[in-house]
Amino acid sequence: MNKLLTMEDLRALRKDALGEMTARQTCDIQVIVGMGTCGIAAGAREVVTELLKELQRRNIKNVSVTKTGCIGMCEREVLLDVVRPNEDRVTYGRVVPRDVSRIVGEHIVNGRVVEGLVVGRIAR
Amino acid sequence: MVFYRGHLLICGGTGCVSSGCKDVIAAFQEELRKRKLDEEIKIVETGCHGFCEKGPLVIVYPEGVMYCRVEVKDVQEIVGEHLMKGRPVSRLFFTEPLSLDKVPKYQEIDFYRKQQRIALRNCGYIDPENFNEYLARGGYAALEKMLSEMTPEEVTHAVKAAGLRGRGGGGFPTGTKWEFCAKAAGAKKYIVCNADEGDPGAFMDRSLLEGDPHNILEGMMIAAYAIGADEGYLYIRAEYPLAIKRIQTAISQAEELGLLGKNILGSNFSLTLKIKEGAGAFVCGEETALIASIEGERGIPRSRPPFPAVKGLFGKPTVINNVETFANVPQIILYGADKFAAVGTERSKGTKVFALTGKLRNTGLVEVPMGITMREIIYEIGGGTFEGKKFKAVQIGGPSGGCLPENKLDLPIDYDSLIQAGAMMGSGGLVVMDDESCIVDVARYFLSFTRSESCGKCTPCREGTMRLLEILERICAGEGVPEDIAKMEKLAYSIKASALCGLGQTAPNPILSTLRHFRHEYEAHINDKKCPAGVCQALFYYRIDDHTCVGCTVCAKICPVGAISGERKQAHQLDMVKCIKCGVCVERCPFHAIVKE
Repeated sequence: MNKLLTMEDLRALRKDALGEMTARQTCDIQVIVGMGTCGIAAGAREVVTELLKELQRRNIKNVSVTKTGCIGMCEREVLLDVVRPNEDRVTYGRVVPRDVSRIVGEHIVNGRVVEGLVVGRIAR
Repeated sequence: MVFYRGHLLICGGTGCVSSGCKDVIAAFQEELRKRKLDEEIKIVETGCHGFCEKGPLVIVYPEGVMYCRVEVKDVQEIVGEHLMKGRPVSRLFFTEPLSLDKVPKYQEIDFYRKQQRIALRNCGYIDPENFNEYLARGGYAALEKMLSEMTPEEVTHAVKAAGLRGRGGGGFPTGTKWEFCAKAAGAKKYIVCNADEGDPGAFMDRSLLEGDPHNILEGMMIAAYAIGADEGYLYIRAEYPLAIKRIQTAISQAEELGLLGKNILGSNFSLTLKIKEGAGAFVCGEETALIASIEGERGIPRSRPPFPAVKGLFGKPTVINNVETFANVPQIILYGADKFAAVGTERSKGTKVFALTGKLRNTGLVEVPMGITMREIIYEIGGGTFEGKKFKAVQIGGPSGGCLPENKLDLPIDYDSLIQAGAMMGSGGLVVMDDESCIVDVARYFLSFTRSESCGKCTPCREGTMRLLEILERICAGEGVPEDIAKMEKLAYSIKASALCGLGQTAPNPILSTLRHFRHEYEAHINDKKCPAGVCQALFYYRIDDHTCVGCTVCAKICPVGAISGERKQAHQLDMVKCIKCGVCVERCPFHAIVKE
């Protein structure tokens, strides 16, 4: 580590450090991936890995990624839900790793739902 | 930087280490690697969460789900169900002792919900060996604020205005102490952190050092700036190896980053900190004895004045504060004195950490605002006494404190109210006793502690505690005489008035407070030769009830001294001459035929 010579150095280091702690805070935006047996069989793990990589690439910090079990719509797996504050909860179905960057870029960053992939909405 | 979707916080405090957290951590690492989750989930070894009794504790973020008493065999299920599929393992949730509800979330458990964590705010939340995590939690922001916009006088003034009082027990106003030292003549001054925590049952300082070491260092830096010191010591007892290791790591990190050393952050403030390991003598918690020990002398106190603030370590003005006191300081500087002083009572501000132990459902480390009642701590946080047992007394303040009875439960706790009630804040040990604890025996235990820890320099403490202990031992042995009570009171008051240091002056407190609130128990021991709680061995005996005994021979077989005899299927006899009162027969008798009288 470099020596902190000024106050600015300390502030800059703190800003970096904050990113490491996001997983321990409740974030504004939640992404929930169905990871029941059905979800895993349909490739949910690859989707999650891709999602984490995408978030890292774009340096997005205020998103928490959680997993959930089977909700009964197994044939539409992989199911991926996006919850933005004060908006409907949107469920995307048959998500493949290729779709992830679109969901992140359009919906998570810009708030535009990727209509083609939507299988359901839960009004807030 | 890798983006982890979840953090797995595993408590690595001493309590959880002894209940096996190291194996659990290894098992989690192995299991995560096997399932290729090790790049998604980060394992963080934290400091103490304070709920050691339920350890090893594992907390899963972002959900904030807490698992209790996690064993290696549970690891596979947690990873497979919770981390893979998002289904928390409810079997390992905490169960509220009163309502029997399973509570998944860390923050929603009564034990934590009723607490207000200022000093302990990072303990159990961050990895104590990771500098960045402390920084992300607002660490060293107080240092930054102080160096850029505050003069030493303003710092002292803020601490004074906040009303912070010494958390080591005495309750001396911290700001006033700093002011004395800042005004003392001389260019060389020292700052010392007293981490010689010796009270039986108290472990808040250890948890703070282990769980949030940088916070203590930051507190010391602020104090050093305020008084004008450029050198400091942390006096930590050698029995705390993990605390020493974590502080050493923190000091090295701070030195590497230039937060310790010369011209910190480009200012003209310089400070070096060193660790001095203590050999575990209780008297070294007394500040003049502590100074002697750092200087390489025998750890014995000297008379005051001159106070250390004027003439302390190596003859130079020195401020000595307790670990918990330093832990509060950065918060005062960062958020202002008013915010700190908003919590607490008129004359005792802020919060206090207590080590809650004894005959309680939930035990552990709790931080509560000053002015909370004992009843709230014991019943709402501690979950009350065990089923069918009646609350008898609470011992507060360790060997310097006293016992409070049930009618004092609604007393708001602060420094002054406790002194009035005949106890003392002490470092904050709280031991709850039920009707199976003998008050005289408790007083005898604390006296035997202070007697063996007395350094022997002054006569009142060396001889006085010895004599007090002799009288108590006599009473416990059933040989007490009615004059003993008056004799003990007289002796206790003269020790209090004439002993050299705090150890001797407070040593009679356990006797005086129990005599004040539980005199009837002493009288039962002396006059009726009875121990109401059935603890003092000389004052009870066992009897086998002929009507209940069926002659199963279990007791005769188990008795280690062969005191029980009798024919099969006939009532047995117990020979009290041989009996050593170990109580094994009572525990093992399937018919409850052996009675204690």
